[in-house]
Amino acid sequence: MLITGITTDAAWSGAALAPWLVGIPLLSAAVLLLAGRRSDRWGHWLGVLAPLASLVIGVVLLFSMLSVPGGSRTATVSLGRWIDAGTFHLDAGFRIDPLSLTFVLLVTFVGTLIHVYSVAYMEHDADRRRFFAYMNLFVAAMLLLVTASSYLLLFVGWEGVGLASYLLIGFWNHNPVYAAAAKKAFVANRIGDVGLIVAMGLLFSHVGALDFATVDAAVPHLSTGAVTAIGLMLLLAACGKSAQFPLQSWLGDAMAGPTPVSALIHAATMVTAGVYLVVRSNAIFTAAPDARLVVTIVGAISLLFGAIVGCAKDDIKKALAASTMSQIGYMMLAAGLGPVGYAFAIMHLVTHGFFKAGLFLGAGSVMHGMDDQTDMRGFGGLGRTMKITYFTVMAGWLAILGMFPLSGFWSKDPIIEAAFVPQDGQTWRAWVFGLVALLGAGITSFYMSRLFFMTFEGKRRWTTKTDGTPQHPHEAPALMTVPMVILAIGSVGLGAFLAVGDRFTRWLEPVTGPRGDGQAVLPGWLLITLSLVLVIGAAAYAWTRYAVAEVPATPPVGTLVTRAARKDLYQDVVNDAALVVPGRMLTRSLVFGDRAVVDGAVSGIAKSTVKVGDLARKVQTGHVRSYAATMTLGVVVLAVVVLLLGS
Amino acid sequence: MIAAFTAPHVAWTAIAPVVIVLGAGVVGVLVEAFVPARFRRTVQVVLAIAAPAAAVVAVAALWQGVKQTGGTSVLGGSVLVDGPTLVTWLVLAALGLLSVLLVADRIEGGEDAFAPSVAAVPGSAYEEQARAAGSMQTEVYPLVMFALGGMMMFPAAGDLLTLFVALEVLSLPLYLLAGTARRRRLLSQEASMKYFLLGAFASALFLFGIALIYGYAGSIRFSDITTATATPSDLDPLLVIGLLFLLVGLLFKIGAVPFHLWTPDVYQGAPTPITAFMAACTKVAAFGALLRVVYAVFPGLNWDINPVLWIVAIATMVVGTVAALVQNDVKRLLAYSSIAHAGFVLTGIVAFDERGIAAVLIYLLAYGAATVGAFGIVSLVRERSADGSVVGEATALSQWAGLGRSHPVLAVTFTLFLLSFAGIPLTAGFIGKFAVFSAAVAGGAWPLALIGVLASAAAAFFYVRIIVLMFFTEAQDDEATGEAPVPAPAPAVAPADEDGGSAVAVAQRTATATVAQRTTTTVVVRGEGFATVAIAVCAIVTVVVGIDPTPVLDLIGGVAKFLP
Repeated sequence: MLITGITTDAAWSGAALAPWLVGIPLLSAAVLLLAGRRSDRWGHWLGVLAPLASLVIGVVLLFSMLSVPGGSRTATVSLGRWIDAGTFHLDAGFRIDPLSLTFVLLVTFVGTLIHVYSVAYMEHDADRRRFFAYMNLFVAAMLLLVTASSYLLLFVGWEGVGLASYLLIGFWNHNPVYAAAAKKAFVANRIGDVGLIVAMGLLFSHVGALDFATVDAAVPHLSTGAVTAIGLMLLLAACGKSAQFPLQSWLGDAMAGPTPVSALIHAATMVTAGVYLVVRSNAIFTAAPDARLVVTIVGAISLLFGAIVGCAKDDIKKALAASTMSQIGYMMLAAGLGPVGYAFAIMHLVTHGFFKAGLFLGAGSVMHGMDDQTDMRGFGGLGRTMKITYFTVMAGWLAILGMFPLSGFWSKDPIIEAAFVPQDGQTWRAWVFGLVALLGAGITSFYMSRLFFMTFEGKRRWTTKTDGTPQHPHEAPALMTVPMVILAIGSVGLGAFLAVGDRFTRWLEPVTGPRGDGQAVLPGWLLITLSLVLVIGAAAYAWTRYAVAEVPATPPVGTLVTRAARKDLYQDVVNDAALVVPGRMLTRSLVFGDRAVVDGAVSGIAKSTVKVGDLARKVQTGHVRSYAATMTLGVVVLAVVVLLLGS
Repeated sequence: MIAAFTAPHVAWTAIAPVVIVLGAGVVGVLVEAFVPARFRRTVQVVLAIAAPAAAVVAVAALWQGVKQTGGTSVLGGSVLVDGPTLVTWLVLAALGLLSVLLVADRIEGGEDAFAPSVAAVPGSAYEEQARAAGSMQTEVYPLVMFALGGMMMFPAAGDLLTLFVALEVLSLPLYLLAGTARRRRLLSQEASMKYFLLGAFASALFLFGIALIYGYAGSIRFSDITTATATPSDLDPLLVIGLLFLLVGLLFKIGAVPFHLWTPDVYQGAPTPITAFMAACTKVAAFGALLRVVYAVFPGLNWDINPVLWIVAIATMVVGTVAALVQNDVKRLLAYSSIAHAGFVLTGIVAFDERGIAAVLIYLLAYGAATVGAFGIVSLVRERSADGSVVGEATALSQWAGLGRSHPVLAVTFTLFLLSFAGIPLTAGFIGKFAVFSAAVAGGAWPLALIGVLASAAAAFFYVRIIVLMFFTEAQDDEATGEAPVPAPAPAVAPADEDGGSAVAVAQRTATATVAQRTTTTVVVRGEGFATVAIAVCAIVTVVVGIDPTPVLDLIGGVAKFLP
């Protein structure tokens, strides 16, 4: 790798700052890891400063970019030639455009808040500094992922966030269950990574380049089959990273990590990388309608899957994880709709980043007050003892429900509306996906209301702490509540700010292209009314069941669906039967074959070689006379050879 | 008739490196005679370190000139100072310097690797007296200097007689040095005797070959011989036999099969620093000479001797590798490994390709560095007897078990050298192997390269076996299972065989005895630091050349051309 200095083609100033977006958190992570225990006292503040510095850079870039018209906002910042192999040349570079800047701002803003929150949340952990090092590593990798100018550099960030996620899920790895959860996440992500690698291989063979600009320009000249194959492989990658069907099983287990990790990585940012990948590759997906249809289907299944699982979970974090999967399903569905949906997918991603992070931080605050308990059946009536948490979670709850005029309303309703737009002239798709999206909104309302009411309303069902003393729920310190309040404000107002006057859609236009026109099969006002009625009805039903009625402390047996949902709809069983067991059989037979055939042959050769070696040792008698005789014999043989061949 | 004598013009600067080293040997003899005993060692060590270091500097000073002119012929054509000569001088002086560091090292109590009085009969009262008096054989330093000087002259020789004289100058001190070991003295003396007898035999063949070649060419000057043998028409069989005998002399020094039989015995019996010196430097010198003979002196006969070199190369690779597989003694194992390496280098020579010269020289550098380092480590791993005193080297492989846990730095360094021997990438050994095999393929000798690669793969087995032993095997305690051959502690003096036969045979028998009382433990001694420095330098060379070989390749490749 040759650093020849930073060059940029930006039409606006300040683009050269882009490498520092990644550099500062990376440097901070390195300092924290290398300095070791010496930095225990101040390490966490350094950890907070790093994403804050990146945020400042992001804001500077934002204003600089806003000073030029939409068409000239995309910029490439090159660090120099990275790979120079034959005819293949690749620069290590950053692509700063409205899409990547949106992510930069989301990651650094939410990230900074969560870092601040973690200072208090992790206060009593002996390894807090290491925690911040990993968090900084994550921020650096995530920023690299979203600012990379080529698939290959994106892949570096992609693996980086996977690594950070692994390290942080298993942060308390002295608990073997948590360590296993980390491993599961890692393996599931690997499957997705194979998709990205194959996609890059296909791009390399068809286009001969991996940077976004060249690929985007070359896509129209490719065959539909090739584009579809690339698109499907990218989708596989996205499914692994974003916990979409059928690679979603790791997300629930990933909740083993500290709650700020769940908020930042497994709700607001990393898991949305799949959506980013799809939207970033919009040129490919626009050219491959079949691949897009699969994206939509995956999104729709994940949406329902997550929502159903969410209804049955009693663990507050796992219920939120299921909800994350479901909400990302919305984004995927929108992204699969093509130009009609790209911008809405990202907008929902941004608002979701705020309210879901807020919900997770609220859950963390509840756990903080309730001795790290996560079972909602042991909560109830907490709203009176934890006022700030109560109101911030309420903001997140109403936002995710899509209640007017909170954020979720502005980002989710357009997705539902877009789902009702016929694709490729096929009306059935509009009905299927539209109804799934609408139904999903209703279920979302039910399980989120269930979560909210079980935790904050109804009777107190508090149990004792692990040490036997009674629970004493209390409000969290200001370092935790302030970030929650800020996120709550975002949950309330951000949607309207972005949606009014199509501000966000126009902002993204340089990347996603103009939003296509399409007439929904049902009028817009009817859809809004329908979804609001559904949402309020479901919430009211949840109120009667979980706030008015008594919530049993031990979960009832429940219906068949409930029991299935509690077990993640048997996803682990299916994985086990379909992949793990056959895989194990395969490896066992391979090992057997290896031992019997390969090792047999090898050790056979080895044994005979050793026999020959023994023979050679016998020659080595230690007697000079026999040595000299051997030499003489050797000379004679060689002389005969020379003379015979010479004549 | 003094007036008729005209002093020959001697270009002293061109042969300065050799003169410095041989001069240091001469001064060393004077030191033995005139310097008081208590200062002798200090003076000798300083001298023996300074001389090769000065030689390195002198070579560096000559480098640019030779690179531009292609070299000079000195002393009326008796010595040829060209690119390959300079490279071998550089490698020899550097490896010689490192070997001297090993020779100079002493453990606590002031014990070095050499017998207090070499002339004493092993086990005699006189020997005990000399030991008690703390006497030392500081003559080893001038002997090493003379041997090194001979080695440097060997590849630079410009005529057959100089070649022969250089051969003897390098050999005679080595015969002597092989017999000077402090421990296992009978083994050492036997090694010395064997080396001398077989060496004399090889020298006789060598001299016979010279006579036959002179008979054909009418000159001992290389340039004349080249001219006389350039036309490949109707060659006299006696010339071919002469060249064959000449080659046999060289192949003996290299340790190529079937002239290798002395190698394991001598390497095992000689004091370990001397073994390192022999294994590294003698091979460099002999290969340098072999390169010149094959590439520059007899290019017209390449076709005739090609089959010989093929057969020898294949046999050397196969026998060295296969025999190494069954060794239980570290020094013998390294000896067989050095035989196998000789085979690998021969494939580079058989290439008969311009790049073969550079490939061989690079291989020798990589091999030499790893060899000096590996034997240096062997010299530090000792046995500790039941009463707590440190005795001889723990050369039995089973004694190395668990060393990775007790002495991780040492074990990792040894692993590095083993990996370099095995030719694993990122070590210098890989670069060397890659260079000779690609030269062989380029020269059309791809079957040789193929056998070489296969042999390397098999050889990796016994290197890795030691690594596994060091890192993944527990050190055996007293309750030996009887399955693994547990060696008896080798006695300081091997008992004489009843049929008056060889101590080696006895040593082998005791080494494979399955039931033995372990009364010793394995320890790693701290020397005075000389050996540590030498090992560290070898490790650095191995890693640096392995990771970024370009500077070395350019340096050697830039001058790898013989004077005609």
